[in-house]
Amino acid sequence: MNPIFKSHEKDFMRIEADQVCVDYNGTVALYDASLNLKAGSICGLVGMNGAGKSTFFKALMGFVRPSRGKIRINGIKVNQAQKEQSVAYVPQNEGIDYSFPVSVWDVVMMGRYGAMNIFRIPRESDRRAVVHALERVDLLDLRDRPIGSLSGGQRKRAFLARAIAQRASVLLLDEPFSGVDVPTEKLMAELFLQFRQEGHTILISTHDLNHVRDFCDFVVLINKTVLAYGETSEVFTSENLNKTFGGIPPNPLSGPTSSKDFVNE
Amino acid sequence: MSEFLISITPIDWLLDPLTHDFMRRALMVSALVGGVCGLLSCYMTLKGWALMGDAVSHAVMPGVVVAYALGLPFSLGAFVFGVGSVALIGFVKQKSRIKEDTVIGLVFTGFFALGLVLVSKIKSNIDLMQILFGSPLGISRSDVNQTLIISFIVISILLIFRKDLMLYCFDAKHARSIGINTGILHYLLLTLLSLSAVVGLQTVGIILVVAMLITPGATAYLLTDRFDQMTLLAVISSSFSSILGVYISYWSDIETGGSIVLVQTLIFLIAFLFAPRYGIFKKQTFINNN
Repeated sequence: MNPIFKSHEKDFMRIEADQVCVDYNGTVALYDASLNLKAGSICGLVGMNGAGKSTFFKALMGFVRPSRGKIRINGIKVNQAQKEQSVAYVPQNEGIDYSFPVSVWDVVMMGRYGAMNIFRIPRESDRRAVVHALERVDLLDLRDRPIGSLSGGQRKRAFLARAIAQRASVLLLDEPFSGVDVPTEKLMAELFLQFRQEGHTILISTHDLNHVRDFCDFVVLINKTVLAYGETSEVFTSENLNKTFGGIPPNPLSGPTSSKDFVNE
Repeated sequence: MSEFLISITPIDWLLDPLTHDFMRRALMVSALVGGVCGLLSCYMTLKGWALMGDAVSHAVMPGVVVAYALGLPFSLGAFVFGVGSVALIGFVKQKSRIKEDTVIGLVFTGFFALGLVLVSKIKSNIDLMQILFGSPLGISRSDVNQTLIISFIVISILLIFRKDLMLYCFDAKHARSIGINTGILHYLLLTLLSLSAVVGLQTVGIILVVAMLITPGATAYLLTDRFDQMTLLAVISSSFSSILGVYISYWSDIETGGSIVLVQTLIFLIAFLFAPRYGIFKKQTFINNN
């Protein structure tokens, strides 16, 4: 099934980040991060903990405001893109309270909230979208189970289904391979390829290099800034990986301490 | 009255109090307040805001005193100080290196102490015991009206934003990423907490109102894995506790607030021990058939 994207979503880069800087109270978390992802691509976001991966993610989702630079999703500002349901976020398993009294069905239905009216009463089309999403991740049989009773892999699939139900054109996945069983990993691999075919763009934040090699067309190496970015085969050199994982500290780090200094340069 | 207990039939036990105007009023208000607080308690327990509930309910104290002294509706004063305390907690937390639970404890005890000092200084007919421990049996007609209005507001908002608030408690990041304004939801929930504390303190008083705001939710949480069922169970158990508490208080001549909260606690204990899935003596273990 081809998701019907809004007309303007076809003409623009799915994700466009231009020299994005983020600082927390004067401490630079990310500077000069640029990235362009076209429709139908799978991109790995690779870096150490504290290298600015999650900061970049947060900036792309509009959770932190860049102190400089701009971000566009499908050619529009992030908060507008959110209102158009263009961005779906698949959280890390660790970030969710699994004793919360909701069923698998309830969780996937949350993907439809943004498209509903203020009372969030599901229409027939919303139910169909949820059924369809559950079928794609092979969880339809478990739809009435409490979310906490699922295994790690099933939980991950439930949240993937929520993103599918949302019909977002951009998917942001935070460590999708951690704590996932082999069947789920296979299913995710197939899904990602289908998503790419359908014109979705997927950004995967991970420190797992093997999975990046297997899944991603593109890779972004991050250490406080975008160190390298391009097709996986070209970027994944030992030199680049060295830089990313602590080999040579990138130059400007010893320079200015606030992104404001960059503005002045 | 306790020797009287032996000689009366259960029907009399139920109907006799209803012949008194003040008892009808007390039962009606207590049931309503129980329902309102019970409904909100689901969000408090799921969001992990028990301490916040404790803070806000204590912090309304000076507001009640000032409002009484100025002849204003006491709910207004309580509301201002309830929301004020939350704002102050947020401000101190943001502007200092002190951890949140410390800030909460610091702010609410400060407000509560201010309330105590004001009571002793402002010469009026404020009954400290009534504020601290509630007095549903002596509730005035104007207080009943206030309770009705506030309850209506809280229930309406909770019903309208039921799903949004549930999503906010479950996964605030997702809520944000689909364009829901979680900042507004945060303050909406805090406002509802202040309002519920205001109505709750009428029946059980400031000291025990936090029980109304967490116990029914905690009980219901042990009984179900469905959010809608949880809210329903919380409302039922909370209203039931309030009504039974008032009855017991009437017949046994014991303090009403304490009686209501004790019934709530007993119901929680029963759920804690015998809840089908999450009780200590659970009947079956939930099998994770992966």
